[in-house]
Amino acid sequence: MIPLTWYLLVAALLFFIGLYGVFARRNAVAILMGVELMLNAVNINLIAFWRYGTVVNPLAPPPSGWAWAIFVLAVAAAEAAVGLALIISVYRRRDATVAEDLDLLQQ
Amino acid sequence: MSQETLQTITWLIPAGPLLAFFLIALFTHRNRTLSWMIAWTGVIAALILGWTVAGYTSVQFFGEPEKVLEHPVQIAGSIDWIPVGSCIVEDTGNCESWIDAGVAVDGLTSVMLIMVTFTVFMIFVYSVGYHNYGKPRGSHPGVPNHGKEDPLFSRFFAYMSLFAFGMLLLVTSDNLLFLFIGWEIMGFCSYSLIGFWYARKYHLGPDDIPHIPPYLAAKKAFMVTRIADVVMLLGIVFFYRTFGTLNFSEALSAHSLEAGVAQIGVAAIGIMVLLLFTGTVGKSAQWPLHVWLPDAMEGPTPVSAVIHAAAMVSAGIYMLLRIFPLIAVAIEGNPGVGWIIGGIGAFTALMAATIAISQNDVKGVLAYSTISQLGFMVATIGIGGYIAAAFHLITHGFFKALLFLASGSVIHGMEHGAMHVHDHHTDPQDMRYMGGLRKKMPITFWTFLIGGLALSGFPFVTAGFWSKDEIFAEAFTLMQEGNLTALFVLVMLVLAAFLTAFYTGRQITMTFLGKPRSPLAEHAHESNKFMTIPLVLLAVFAVSAGWWGIPDNFAGTEGIFRNYFHAFVGSSIEETIAELYKAGLVAHKLVPLPWNWTPLILSLVVALGGLFLGWWIYGRKPLPAGFTDPIQRPLGPLYNFFQNKWYWDELYHTVFYRPTVWIAEELMVFIDKGIIDGILHLIARIVYVIGHYAKRFEEIVISDGVDWLKDKTLTFANWTRQLQTGNVQEYAAVSSLIAAVFAFSIVLLINYGWLEKIQLWFQQIF
Repeated sequence: MIPLTWYLLVAALLFFIGLYGVFARRNAVAILMGVELMLNAVNINLIAFWRYGTVVNPLAPPPSGWAWAIFVLAVAAAEAAVGLALIISVYRRRDATVAEDLDLLQQ
Repeated sequence: MSQETLQTITWLIPAGPLLAFFLIALFTHRNRTLSWMIAWTGVIAALILGWTVAGYTSVQFFGEPEKVLEHPVQIAGSIDWIPVGSCIVEDTGNCESWIDAGVAVDGLTSVMLIMVTFTVFMIFVYSVGYHNYGKPRGSHPGVPNHGKEDPLFSRFFAYMSLFAFGMLLLVTSDNLLFLFIGWEIMGFCSYSLIGFWYARKYHLGPDDIPHIPPYLAAKKAFMVTRIADVVMLLGIVFFYRTFGTLNFSEALSAHSLEAGVAQIGVAAIGIMVLLLFTGTVGKSAQWPLHVWLPDAMEGPTPVSAVIHAAAMVSAGIYMLLRIFPLIAVAIEGNPGVGWIIGGIGAFTALMAATIAISQNDVKGVLAYSTISQLGFMVATIGIGGYIAAAFHLITHGFFKALLFLASGSVIHGMEHGAMHVHDHHTDPQDMRYMGGLRKKMPITFWTFLIGGLALSGFPFVTAGFWSKDEIFAEAFTLMQEGNLTALFVLVMLVLAAFLTAFYTGRQITMTFLGKPRSPLAEHAHESNKFMTIPLVLLAVFAVSAGWWGIPDNFAGTEGIFRNYFHAFVGSSIEETIAELYKAGLVAHKLVPLPWNWTPLILSLVVALGGLFLGWWIYGRKPLPAGFTDPIQRPLGPLYNFFQNKWYWDELYHTVFYRPTVWIAEELMVFIDKGIIDGILHLIARIVYVIGHYAKRFEEIVISDGVDWLKDKTLTFANWTRQLQTGNVQEYAAVSSLIAAVFAFSIVLLINYGWLEKIQLWFQQIF
């Protein structure tokens, strides 16, 4: 069986790819994609710990970690929908999706 | 072959196209040659594996039929997928703590695999030619290629591969949930492929065929099918709650069905069937959710072929066939369910056929013809004709794919003509400007003719004749037993079949016969080899796919023909139905129909009569360019009614779209402007009042002493202001830095036991 550490390494890698995307990409859509990657990295962790955690009955494990991951997925979907709607709305108003140009707060 | 090998093969059937999708999307999208080659490889792999599996199951069946009848699912394998805790339903004996992901192959799956993999591969071959491979590059992404290579060539093949994956997943799945996943993947792919030419805009004249632009058509298709899918999901949940499993062979065994009926009653089973059936209404474009399919013609023609013949709309019928024992029980228990399913199917078949006779768009006729033929299948299922519906599904897949691809070839030829004469106003899809293409495009003509004859049910040779004849025979036999639904279905379908033959005759005559009616048609020429070879191969199947379903007792000739299709596909549920029959839950066993001349004569009369009438009205004497339709005068106002598609779009626009927009606007004014802005304005008002009195207080009580504080505050504010760059990424960096420091310090605290030390320290103090 594949050791737990490998899953955690993959998740960590995915998380930092996402983090890099959030910091380094200029396009707001790409930043949103980075956020999604980070959320999915968390999901991998949740599922891995759930699968490798101690369970009383290994044939019928309680669906806790799995259900949590589903919640994260649902929330991520909602967040992506709202985020994309915001980006589209900003693009219509200000004709820009580059995060640096959207500095209304400064003025 | 061992069972394990077969399982692995079945698992791998959808894998090829999925892998192709990822390879193209991630790596080879810049290289067009590599992209289509990868897409081909994926689908060829699926073709080989699928035909291997189908070959194995049919050899097993015709070798040892008794064994297969007892265990119809010949290849099955599943893995645990979703944990669901404890089991929900114990009465049915299906107690599971996991929802499985699995594959299962029986007779029905096998014939679907044969049809789907082959037609999809033919469409892939055709697409390479349709997107003008090897021509100079086009320069406008999102608009159709005008004789140049399509700039979105690789994207097209990526989506098509994903589409094929969705359909193969759906076909090989052994449970309703995986079927639904494949179903939704196809929903997404149809959205992205219908809207493939997303930048296309129309400037329509008064005489042009009305179109909506592709991006709107894509949205419409997605929204309409989504409505149906939500209802279907409810049905799936109900199904699971009742039977305790989503696996078809477990949930729909005779034992499980009897327990289900005993538990919730047959009326509730009827509701479950109607919920699931709603999914089919959306996906297979039945009235009242048929409106998306005609507009889906805005996609490239290979997409039309894959959506409207091979994959997507077939999926809805396939789902009904999969859950057929459940439907049979529901129909027997509540005649209303039979009336709804059969009635919707029969009404859709006739309605779409009446619309098709008045359409001038070469693809529009085929779109309504697809809706009409799907209505045939749904109506047949509604009266309990399992095998007839499955047979028509398979033959229709072949000949409708052929017709779409051939019409795409016609459009290609017409576009070539338009380029040649520099005419960019005439619609190359308008049949009024075609004519005489028989000489210009001989291969397209002959293959289109074969497909058209199969569609109209040209007797004794074509596939469509045998499957339509089976439908009529089924309805006729049930009608003789006094089944009123069957009588209604038979009458509606015979009328629809007559109109089918008529509009097919009209289409062939208007497109290919006579003299060219425009410079476009004069300068049209035959399409390239990539496009014509699939046409020829599909034409072979459009004829021969019917020969394995000729009734045993056809015209009293016992023993000459054997109905292989009936035996093989029927084996999937024959035992189950027989047991249910014993238990009194269904009315009929799956037995070959008794022979009767009446349906055969009906079928001959409507097919030949309709084809002849179509030719006689449109082809007897050559029609002038820009003619008015000869049937317009005799039909009168009905013609306008048909040509405007029974005004369904306008009705939905008034009943659903306008009120929704109105409610949204009112809500925006009420909630956003009224409540939310109201609260904000109130707060502003309060703060203003406080500020006013504070100002008075400051002016009167404190004077210069505060100036010092003010100066200092301003300096501080100016200094901190530099932190506020307004750049969201810098904020993110700072906050994640803080979070990292925080997380790191917690780790240190726990690791070195400092946490306990701090705790102890606190305890000592307090």
